[in-house]
Amino acid sequence: MSTQTLPKAANGISLSIAMAVCRRGVLRVVSRPTLLLPIVFMPVIMLISFTGAFGSLTRIEGYGSENIYDWMAPYVALQGSVFAGVFGSASTAEDFETGFFDRLLLTPGSRSSILLGTVLVSAIRSLFPTVGVIIVALLGGLNLSGGLPAILLLTAASALMASVFCLFSLAIVYRFKTIRSLMIVQLVAFTSFFMTIGQVPLEFMTGWLHQVARFNPTTNVLRFARQGFLDGITWELTWPGIVVFVAANAVGSVLAFRSLRRIGS
Amino acid sequence: MNKVDTTTSPRVIKNFFSQTIVLAQRSLVSELRQLATVLPGLLFPLLLAFTYTEQFERVLSLPGFPEVDSFLDFLLPATVLQMVSFGASNSGTELALDIENGFMDRLLASPVARVPVLIGRVGGSALLAGIKTVIIVLVFLADGAQIASGFAGFLVLTLSACLLVVVIGGLSQILAIRSGSQEVVGATFPLIFVMIFMSSAFFPTELMSGWFKQLAEFNPMTWIIDPLRRLMIVGWSWSDAATALGILLLGSVLITGASVRTLHKKLGRP
Repeated sequence: MSTQTLPKAANGISLSIAMAVCRRGVLRVVSRPTLLLPIVFMPVIMLISFTGAFGSLTRIEGYGSENIYDWMAPYVALQGSVFAGVFGSASTAEDFETGFFDRLLLTPGSRSSILLGTVLVSAIRSLFPTVGVIIVALLGGLNLSGGLPAILLLTAASALMASVFCLFSLAIVYRFKTIRSLMIVQLVAFTSFFMTIGQVPLEFMTGWLHQVARFNPTTNVLRFARQGFLDGITWELTWPGIVVFVAANAVGSVLAFRSLRRIGS
Repeated sequence: MNKVDTTTSPRVIKNFFSQTIVLAQRSLVSELRQLATVLPGLLFPLLLAFTYTEQFERVLSLPGFPEVDSFLDFLLPATVLQMVSFGASNSGTELALDIENGFMDRLLASPVARVPVLIGRVGGSALLAGIKTVIIVLVFLADGAQIASGFAGFLVLTLSACLLVVVIGGLSQILAIRSGSQEVVGATFPLIFVMIFMSSAFFPTELMSGWFKQLAEFNPMTWIIDPLRRLMIVGWSWSDAATALGILLLGSVLITGASVRTLHKKLGRP
């Protein structure tokens, strides 16, 4: 189980192992569809709640959109993808609790393959909340002025956000090995999303929140994902989002891999 | 043990209360020992309230929005009830844990009446809810919020928070007795979340439209939050206080009765 027992060839990433871990994760969801309920149900409920309760915000001059669904749908879809990322790592915590992860570490491949496979599952799972939210938003009256490119951009953003939060969650799970420990990541995820331009534009915010939202990296992610639903896709709103995705995935990967390497050492 | 259920002598009543208090203490200590699970339930509603206050400042000028100095005043009752709701199902989760690890069987084999087993646990949670309410109100007051109805309004708010725990806790206990699983009880959390967001908790129903407005108006959470909010931002009113407390008191009695019946049924007693 320790690193010393692994063969030398184990240093590189084995795609076959990563794909096997990913396939297992997908099969797990297919065989237990109830696992999808929280990651699809919660964002859809949030969409209905936010658009229903805060619909009158569009009456205020300067609000980012005349259609509340155009504003809220990308925000809620991204939140759903974050849940997908966190829940992806919850499966790993379950594997620790059942002892399966110890057996997985005995496979003749590098540990990074296991990490990659788990992140891939989370990215795939992020499709479910994104699709669910878009369908419900379309039924509610979403304009979707940006068409297919807007959906593709949102899907890419969701998958990348799921991978970011999966990596951060894995860094915690590899260390504490319990599902309970994920509460910390959930709290960080909720906080980072609420202190951003999710529900109102930056100009609406006052005091400390204005400053926090301005410098919150999630703001750039939201601008990236939302642009196709509002005024059209521009490079100006795209590149800051890409920078955040690359940086957050890089930091998350380092943290998760370091925690993974420490297991059994 | 049967005597406890059928007689009403002073000694039996005394035993009943002492058992309830001991079990309430056990529940309170158990919750306080898990501060890591109690704190997020306290911090998250506070965070949400302060975030909403800074982002919905312009909403105050919308026609139909109640006259308030700050969005914080508007949010006080919703924040308290949200905070309480998040931890309210703990009494059910703890009961399910006792069923799973066999402690419940030992408890039932002891000379303890059935009712204190349920009421004691909920009582501990309700007491904790009261403490949390005081903390939230103090934080709001420190940040400039005002309670128009003064100390009486504060008392009604605190009592309402405690009674809401009895209602939600009772429901979660029914689930715990029926399923015996913590996971099933935990699954009720999204429902509570939905009930709060689909009510007048964060926005007045006057500013909602269509079917969502109707849904929010029929949501019992709105029936409790609206009178409490008037007590906070308008002033004292006997009818508002009676409405909020009356609904919760009725709910508490009905649900506690139902949970006791469910336990008796589970144990095969009439």
